[in-house]
Amino acid sequence: MTCLKKKLVIIGNGMAPGRMLEHLFELAPDLYDVTIFNAEPRVNYDRIMLSPVLSGEKTFDDIIIHGDGWYVKNNVTLYKGHKVVAIDRDAKTVTSEHGEVAHYDTLVIATGSAPFILPVEGKSLPGVLTYRDLDDVTAMLLAAQSRAKAVVIGGGLLGLEAAAGLREQGMDVTVLHIMPYLMERQLDQAAAYLLQRELESRGIKVICKADTKQILGVNHVTGVELKDGTIIECSLVVMAAGIRPNSALAKDVGLNVNRGIVVDGHMRTSDPSILSLGECAEVGGMCYGLVAPLYEQARIAAETLAGVGEQPFLHVDTATKLKVTGINLFSIGDFADGPDREEIVLRDASAGVYKRVILRENKIIGTVLYGETTDGAWFNDLKKRGTDISAMRETLIFGQSFQGGAPMDPMAAVAALPDDAEICGCNGVCKGKITGAITSKNLTTLDSVRAHTKASASCGTCTPLVEKLMMLTLGDSFNPAAVTPMCACTDLGHDEVRRLIKAKGLKTIPAVMQELQWKTSCGCAKCRPALNYYLVCDWPDEYADDYQSRFINERVHANIQKDGTYSVVPRMWGGMTSSKELRAIADVVDKFAIPAVKVTGGQRIDMLGIKKEDLPAVWADLGQAGFVSGQAYAKGLRTVKTCVGTDWCRFGTQDSTGLGIRIEKFMWGSWTPAKLKMGVSGCPRNCAEATCKDIGVICVDSGFEIHFAGAAGLDIKGTEILCNVRTEDETLEYIVALTQMYREQGRYLERIYKWAKRIGLDEIRRQIAGDEARRKAYYQRFVFSQKFAQVDPWSERVSGKDKHEFIPMASLQLEAAE
Amino acid sequence: MNMVTLSLGAKWVAVGTVDDIPMRGARCVKNGAMTIAIFRTATGEIYALEDKCPHKNGPLSQGIVHDGCVTCPLHNWVISLSTGKAQGADEGATLAFPVKVEGGKIYLDLGRV
Repeated sequence: MTCLKKKLVIIGNGMAPGRMLEHLFELAPDLYDVTIFNAEPRVNYDRIMLSPVLSGEKTFDDIIIHGDGWYVKNNVTLYKGHKVVAIDRDAKTVTSEHGEVAHYDTLVIATGSAPFILPVEGKSLPGVLTYRDLDDVTAMLLAAQSRAKAVVIGGGLLGLEAAAGLREQGMDVTVLHIMPYLMERQLDQAAAYLLQRELESRGIKVICKADTKQILGVNHVTGVELKDGTIIECSLVVMAAGIRPNSALAKDVGLNVNRGIVVDGHMRTSDPSILSLGECAEVGGMCYGLVAPLYEQARIAAETLAGVGEQPFLHVDTATKLKVTGINLFSIGDFADGPDREEIVLRDASAGVYKRVILRENKIIGTVLYGETTDGAWFNDLKKRGTDISAMRETLIFGQSFQGGAPMDPMAAVAALPDDAEICGCNGVCKGKITGAITSKNLTTLDSVRAHTKASASCGTCTPLVEKLMMLTLGDSFNPAAVTPMCACTDLGHDEVRRLIKAKGLKTIPAVMQELQWKTSCGCAKCRPALNYYLVCDWPDEYADDYQSRFINERVHANIQKDGTYSVVPRMWGGMTSSKELRAIADVVDKFAIPAVKVTGGQRIDMLGIKKEDLPAVWADLGQAGFVSGQAYAKGLRTVKTCVGTDWCRFGTQDSTGLGIRIEKFMWGSWTPAKLKMGVSGCPRNCAEATCKDIGVICVDSGFEIHFAGAAGLDIKGTEILCNVRTEDETLEYIVALTQMYREQGRYLERIYKWAKRIGLDEIRRQIAGDEARRKAYYQRFVFSQKFAQVDPWSERVSGKDKHEFIPMASLQLEAAE
Repeated sequence: MNMVTLSLGAKWVAVGTVDDIPMRGARCVKNGAMTIAIFRTATGEIYALEDKCPHKNGPLSQGIVHDGCVTCPLHNWVISLSTGKAQGADEGATLAFPVKVEGGKIYLDLGRV
């Protein structure tokens, strides 16, 4: 059947209509041609996550729900920055302020709400902002740069999130609240007290019963005056005193409007061709502002549009959560005092915990939790079901884990939840839907569960619950530890990043950050050095080392000390030296007045306390005596410690000194995930202490015993034996192959013993000792990368490389000082 | 090295050009006994802090520069380049100097020292 699609026009592009379209495209993908007019000049984003954007914990890109591609893919015409100014119900058209006219068969009004502006003098002064959209957040962030004083009018959810965000940005913040205590609609006085104390401990001032008289200022805000005469100086005022439905447009065209646009249980207005949903709509006499009921309206509106709607919208209590990091509060239902009510209260003053459950006829009708909110879902479930709690009355307040005798572990508590227990309050997702999706769609990652079920995809506070459900459903195959992110800049773990670098052929740090969707513009001090290593290791010939992503020690090829001076350690191959070398060191120490000289544990000499400006000259002198950098600062090959072996020792079985020098000369300059220290002992007496090194060799009569994965630092651990080989050549090949395997698989800063524990000793033995082709391939890749790595960094810098590092940009002198 | 002489009354002092500083890097300016670190971020903004971490006086000029912050090389404190304040759970601040860039030249306001 080929007939023209019906035309659906939507005014507003917020979260409710966005969700409605998702449902509609699922139910009836080809029914409508969709056109959206959005007064905001941008795509659909998660408005409830603006607070983390304000506090700096997220960026705008993190909170986009539908990117531009989504509109293209679904053939949606989106007019950004087009405010609709007229609706013609007879002609069935809407007109935008830019003159765009669109015809509709069905119109959806989702104009949301507007912040309530106190009708006081000074309300229009520059510096008075509201907290509604991204533009407001941008304006607040700009104002926060001055680090001046801010006043937030309104101590409700929005106001407190704004206050916490501005405080986080360094502003001096005062919250004015007209009621006797904070968040009076969601909290009782005791919980509000704890909340106020917590906010005050963060440096936010709170004034309750504060009635604003006027906002002071001539050209810009300078303060707020209260009716009691108090004046609070500030240069920024944020109005967060509630919202009002945006219903003016609907009223103008004669739709039935009370507080909001009146709709029936199927989201239909008084005009059958027009629907309304979201914060602008009024259903059953209520206007809603929290996301869960609005998403429910979205689902119902989609069903109405698709012509399949049966169940009308029903009021359900919505839990309140404050999105301020470190503050846990939860409230739901009715918690006013009353003659027919009983309450159970638990307080733990030292832990700042307050729990209150309100009962009527032995059933929970309301819950307020502060400080410890993990049982919120359970209390809510009991409330929803109307469970008679008489049997567990004594222990009810202690939460779910206390019921049934022995305390349950958190996993058991999640396991015990019924299938229809709500896990994600924002999106109304129950336990059964999540576990069902995990099983039927073979989901193994949190992201895929979010994509398929929307659970934990909005405010994210239920993420731990969702992860527990994944563990329950998937068992050992879901291991959240395996996906510990590299750092706060990404959700990907080290292994995933390494795999994707290879798979996608990413060859620069900006390419990695772009393709793997880094959450920061320029990484951090954790991920940048790691990425730099991975790229050096994976693309030795193509990658240009990113100097600014290395720690200072690797940048200036010396070790920074506590006073900002540096220490310098030249290489002494296998720990051998000579009078000529020692004399050169002595001369350098004298010439540069180096305050300390020390023999290191790695059999070489450390010169400490060198001024940064002197480093190139120190290296020049050392270089003339034949020294190269000992790379004592590197996540790379450090030393190969040796004993004197058959050259001198009466017990020596092989030339351990010669082998150590050969290994060091072959492998110096290579970068590894963490530092790599080696040792070669000439006999099992083990004077070179090879059995606590990252890689060690014990010489025996019949050849060489190769050891690895020892530790003698934070952890102490003897080595494991890799295998025995007969010749020096083989020893070198095996050691090099093992190092390359570690280079390719290790996580940055992961020492070889930790890597070996993670990969498994047998797997390493199988690949290096048991698989000749693989071993030789590892060996060849190491040899190839050494072509680009074996450059003495000291001589490079003596010849002028990175000269700017070592000299000040300017020296200023005060005339008075002369 | 640029040698600059200034009189006590002056506030804005030229210390070099933007190109003297590597992107995501820093250079030092000696001001008598004090060292001032001048930073250039990935997006080209210039900031100046006393080269002294509020924690244990680590030379911030030697740290890794990222997203408007520098991580101290001694103990990984993260310091805001614009305010000098320690980020996250750490508390403390180092002196931040107003900076202006005109025609590629960097000027520091030393009126506070």
